[in-house]
Amino acid sequence: MHRDQQRANDQSICSPPDAGSPPRRSFLGGLLAAGTAGVGALLIIPVIRFVLHPVLATTTEKSWSEVGKVDELQSITVPVQKLVQIEQLDGWRRTVSQKPVYVLKNSAGQLAVLSAVCTHLGCTVPWIDKQNKFVCPCHQAVFNPEGRLIGGPAPRSMDVLPTKVEQGVLKVQYQFFRQLTPKKEAVA
Amino acid sequence: MDDGRASNRGTESDESIVARLVHWNEARTGLNSLLRHALDEPIPGGARLAYVFGSALLFLFLSQIVTGVFLAMYYVPSADHAHTTVSYITKEVSGGSFLRSIHSYGSSAIVIVLLLHVIQTFMYGSYKGRRELLWIVGCILFALMLGMAFTGYLLPWDQKAYFATTVGTNILSEIPVAGNWLKQLLRGGTEMGTLTLSRFFVLHVFLIPALIFLFVAQHIYLFRKAGAAGPVSADPIYPNLPTEPFYPKQLVIDMGFALLIVVVIGFLAWRIPTMLGPKADPSETVFLPRPEWYYIPVFQYLKYWRGSTSVIGILVIPAILGLLLVGLPFFDRSLERRPWKRPFSVGAFTAVFVLGFFGVQSHREDMQSPGVAAQLRKQRQHEEEFMKEPFQPEVVGASAGGAATNPLAGKGQSLFTAQGCDACHGENGTGTAAAPKLTRIGIKYDSAKLESLLKSPTSNMQLAGMQPVDMKQDDLDALVAYLQSLN
Repeated sequence: MHRDQQRANDQSICSPPDAGSPPRRSFLGGLLAAGTAGVGALLIIPVIRFVLHPVLATTTEKSWSEVGKVDELQSITVPVQKLVQIEQLDGWRRTVSQKPVYVLKNSAGQLAVLSAVCTHLGCTVPWIDKQNKFVCPCHQAVFNPEGRLIGGPAPRSMDVLPTKVEQGVLKVQYQFFRQLTPKKEAVA
Repeated sequence: MDDGRASNRGTESDESIVARLVHWNEARTGLNSLLRHALDEPIPGGARLAYVFGSALLFLFLSQIVTGVFLAMYYVPSADHAHTTVSYITKEVSGGSFLRSIHSYGSSAIVIVLLLHVIQTFMYGSYKGRRELLWIVGCILFALMLGMAFTGYLLPWDQKAYFATTVGTNILSEIPVAGNWLKQLLRGGTEMGTLTLSRFFVLHVFLIPALIFLFVAQHIYLFRKAGAAGPVSADPIYPNLPTEPFYPKQLVIDMGFALLIVVVIGFLAWRIPTMLGPKADPSETVFLPRPEWYYIPVFQYLKYWRGSTSVIGILVIPAILGLLLVGLPFFDRSLERRPWKRPFSVGAFTAVFVLGFFGVQSHREDMQSPGVAAQLRKQRQHEEEFMKEPFQPEVVGASAGGAATNPLAGKGQSLFTAQGCDACHGENGTGTAAAPKLTRIGIKYDSAKLESLLKSPTSNMQLAGMQPVDMKQDDLDALVAYLQSLN
C-alpha cells in the first residue's frame, strides 16, 4: 500500500521534488484521506436521513372517517349519499377535504360504503332514484343499487371501501383507486 | 489523492491507466498543477497551530452552506409557514434537529473562530507589510458574517427571533435623516411582517453568501500574493526564514483543528439541540428580547445611550471604531511585528475586548432585577414546553374555507362536492385541466345569471362536458350562494 501510494503521489499532485521526505508525506496524506473520509461519512449519514425522510417515514397510519350512526343508517332502503371528511398529511400540512360516498345495504343485509368515483374516468356518480340505479353523467356507465356494473364503458363495479363500526358509528377508510383497470387497485 | 486511492485497489495495468488519465486531465485543465500550487504554499518558519484559524473559518463556512442548503429543503420563508416548517424540521424530519443544531452552533463557532483569527492576525502583526487590502477584505468578511448571523436569527420566526429582530432593526431608526427610511427598506414596511422575513431570507441565502464567496476568493488571492507572514520575528515583506510547504504538516494541523470543531459541534448538537420557541406573536407585550450571545455586549452597550446623545453611541463611536479597525494597516506603518515592542497598538486593541465586560454586565443586570429574571425564566420555560409538544401540522382545506361562515353557502359547498362539480372544477372551485376555475365568478355574474347557467348551460359549456343541473330550488339557491362566496 505504501509503495502504491508513494508512486501515485510521485506521479501527481502531492509531492514536489524539492520538499519533504516521501514516506512521511505519503503517511500523512493517508491519514488525511482516512480522516476526511471518516468525518465525511459521519456527517453524511444525518444528511441522507434528512433528505430521505419523506421516502422512509412510515406514514401508513390509516385514517378513518365517520359516516354516520349505525342506528340511523339501518333504515335505508336505497343508496344514500354521505360526505366524509378525509385528512391527508402533506409534509407539514394537513389537508382536509370532503369526499362523497354511498351507504347502502348489500345482498347480505350488511351496511356497505361505496366510493362515488366512477371506475371509468373518475367522474362523481349520482344515484338516480327514479331509475333505481347509478348513472354516471360523463359517459353513461350504469351500476345497480349495490354498485355492480350493469352497462356502459366502466371496466369494473363501483369500489367498496373498508368500513368498521366503533361505538355505534359507521366509519370508512377513504381510498383512491386506479381508473380504467378491471381489478380494483388502491393508489396512495 | 484521488488517483492514489484508486491505484490502491487496482493492479499494475490500472495504474498506468490512472497515470494516463491524470496526464490527460492535466493537459486539458491544469488542475493538478493548480492543486500542487495550492498545497505547496511556502510557510516561513514552518507549520504552526497558530495558523489554523483561516482554514477553520473556510471549513465552517462550507459546513454552513451544506447544512443551510439542506435545511432549505423543508423551510418556507413566509410568516404563515416559517415557524411550522422549522418546527417540522426540528420535531419530525429524521436528523432535522441535528442538522439545524449543527447550523446554529456553526454560526456561534464562526463568530468565535473569527475573533481568534482577528486576534492572531493582530498579535502576530500579520496585517503589516503590503497587506492593507488583505486586512480590509478581512474586515468586510467580518461584517458580512455578522450580517449572516443577524439575518439567520429571524428565520425560525419564533418569539425570540421576532422580538430580537424588532429591536435590532429599530436601532437603524437612530441614524439621522435616512434612519427611518433604512429601517423600512430592511423590514419591507413600517412593521415587522412577512415581507421582513422574505427580505432576511434573501439576504441570508442569496445576497450575503454571494458577497462572502466573492470576498473569500479575494481574501485567499491577496493572502497568497502577499505570502504567509510567518512568526513574529520574521520581516513581513521579506521573511528570511527557511520555508515548509503547506502540505502535509500544516494541512494535517488544520484538519485536526477542523475535526476538533466537528466533534465539539456534533456533540453539542446531539446532547443540547437548538431550541425552538412558540410562534411569533406580535401582540405579546411582555416578551423580553435577548439577542444571540455574541450580540449581547452590543445590546448592553446600547442601553447606556438614551435621548439626544444616543446618536453618538449608536452611530459616531461605532463609526470611529470601525474606521480605526479597517484603517489599522494605514495608521500602523512600522514593520515591527513583536507585540511586546508595540505596546500602544496592542493596548488599544485589547481595549476593544471591553465588550466582554459588557456581556457579563448584561447578564448581571438581568439576574439582579427580579422581574426581568422571572420573565426570562418564564420565556425559557415556554420554549421547553413548546419543544415537548408534538408537531402540529398546518390545517388547510374545506373546513377552513370561507364558505363555512355563511350557512347557505356552506350547504352549497357540500352540494358542490356531492354533485361532483369538484371533479371537473376542482376542490373549492379552483379549476382543473377539465374545466375552468369558478373563483370570482360571483363578480362576473349575478345570482339570477348563475342560476340560469346552471339550469341550462350554453352550448359551448355543454360541449366541454357541463351537464344541466337538475335539483330542488332550495339546493340550487345554496349552490348559487356558494359560487358567489368563491372570491
